[in-house]
Amino acid sequence: MNEADIRTVLQEELGNIAPEMDLQKLDPAADLREALDIDSMDFLNFIIAVHHRLGVDIPELDYPELVTLDGAATYLKSKLGASKS
Amino acid sequence: MVEFRMPSLGADMEAGTLVEWLVKPGDQVKRGDVVAVVETQKGAIEIEVFETGRIEQILVDLNSKVPVGTPLARIRTELERKAGVALAPAAPPASVAEAPPGVLPAAPRPSRPASMAPPIATLPSVAGRARVSPAARRLAETHGVDLATVTGSGPSGAIVRADVERRLTAAPASAEKKRPTGLNLDAMRTAIAAAMARSKREIPHYYLEHQVDVTSCEQWLTRTNALRPPGGRLLMAALAAKSVAVAARRFTLFNGFYHDDKYEPASAVHLGIAIAIRGGGLAAPALHDVDQMPLDELMTRMRDLVQRMRAGRIRSSEMSNSTITVSSLGERGVDALHGVIYPPQVALIGFGKVVARPWVIDGAIGPRSIVTITLAADHRVSDGHAGALFLAEIGKLLQEPEKL
Repeated sequence: MNEADIRTVLQEELGNIAPEMDLQKLDPAADLREALDIDSMDFLNFIIAVHHRLGVDIPELDYPELVTLDGAATYLKSKLGASKS
Repeated sequence: MVEFRMPSLGADMEAGTLVEWLVKPGDQVKRGDVVAVVETQKGAIEIEVFETGRIEQILVDLNSKVPVGTPLARIRTELERKAGVALAPAAPPASVAEAPPGVLPAAPRPSRPASMAPPIATLPSVAGRARVSPAARRLAETHGVDLATVTGSGPSGAIVRADVERRLTAAPASAEKKRPTGLNLDAMRTAIAAAMARSKREIPHYYLEHQVDVTSCEQWLTRTNALRPPGGRLLMAALAAKSVAVAARRFTLFNGFYHDDKYEPASAVHLGIAIAIRGGGLAAPALHDVDQMPLDELMTRMRDLVQRMRAGRIRSSEMSNSTITVSSLGERGVDALHGVIYPPQVALIGFGKVVARPWVIDGAIGPRSIVTITLAADHRVSDGHAGALFLAEIGKLLQEPEKL
C-alpha cells in the first residue's frame, strides 16, 4: 500500500466521520479537530476505522501524530513499512 | 393480532413519512428490532417494534405520509401463535391513551406508541406529473438536484429517495457543503426553539457548579486504554455519563418528569446524551438503563449514537423518553456550561472541558486535571441543598473510575 492509497483510506474514513464537510478543500497540514470540528468521540471513531482498514495498531500515545492528514499519512506509511520488513 | 403504529417522536410531531420497510409479511420480528425508517422534521428515524411475533400484513405503502397513531403493520404475536387464535386488535391501555402526545410514560419502555389517534386514510405522496416521493423531493431540494436528471426506480418509474442518493454520489463533489441525509437543520432549529422557549417560560431553573479533580480518571483511562485495541478504548465522556446515571438512581428528585403540576420520579435512568450537530444543531437521544450498563457497553453505545446522529439515523426509542440529560463540551469547549433543562425533564448535568490547574492536596500545591460539573435543576421539584448533594455524589463516583 503506497501513500496515495493510505490517503484515500483516510479521506474515506474522514468522510464517514464528517459527512457534511468538503474534504477536497481540507488543508492536509491543518489540525483535523479544528478543520472538521470533530471531538474526541469522532476522533476515536476515526482511529478505530483506520485500525480496521489498515490493521495498524495506533496507541493512544501516538494520537498527536495523527491530528493532521499529512501527519497521519506519514505515521501510517512508516508503520505499514515497518510491519512488512 | 396487534397493530404496529406510527409512533409519536416528540410533542411537536403530527405525522411521519414511511420511507423504508426493513421487513416483509411473514418475517419474524422481536421486541426492539428496527423494522422501518420514518422521516420526520427531526430527520430519518429508525422505528423499533415493541412486540415479538410475525409480520402479518403491511398496511402503509412506502413514501406515504401518515398521522401519528396510524397502524403501519399487523403483527401476530408469539402468544397468539401459541394459543392458535387470532385475537381482535387489542384496545390501547387507557393510561397510555391519555398521555399527551410525545410524552412517553416513565416506565422503561412503553408497550405501545403514545398517541392513539384513530387511523386515517394514507395520503398519496404522488403529486402531479413525475412521480416523486416526498423524501426524494426534499433530499433533492436540500442538495439542489434537478429531478429531471434523476432516473426513477420505484413503482411505475417513481423517483424514490435512493434514486436521489445515487444521483448525489454519482455527481462529482460539488463546491458547496454536503449535508448528511435525513438531517434537516432548519426543522431541528425550530424544534430546539420550541423546547427551549417552553423550558425558560415554565421551569424555574437554579444552577450549581462543582469543581472535581479527575486526575485519577485520566490516569485510569491511560492505563486501561494502553492495553486495548482502539475499538475497546474508553473516553472521559463515558465515565461522566455513567457517574451521572448512577448518582441519578439515588437522587430521585433529578430523574423523572414534571407534568400537570406534578413531579413523577422515573423508575429507570434513561440518559439523554446531548450531541452537537456540525453546522448548528443539537439533539439529545436517550440511552436506556445507563445506571445498569457496563462501562464498555456504554462506551460502544455512545460511539454508535454519535456516528448515527452524524449520519442522521436515530432510533425511535432513543428520541423520546430521557429521564435526565447530560451535556459534555469536550476538550475543545470551555470551562463550564449552564444548561437549559429539556422539558418535561427536571435536570441537566453539564461537563466542561478538563483543564490542568494548580490544586492543593495535603497542604501542597500540584498540577491536577480539573473539570467543572454543573447542575441546572427545576426549583419546583428540588432545592439547592439536594442539588449540591447530587453534584457531590457525581464527583465522589469519579474518584473511583474502576468501580463505574
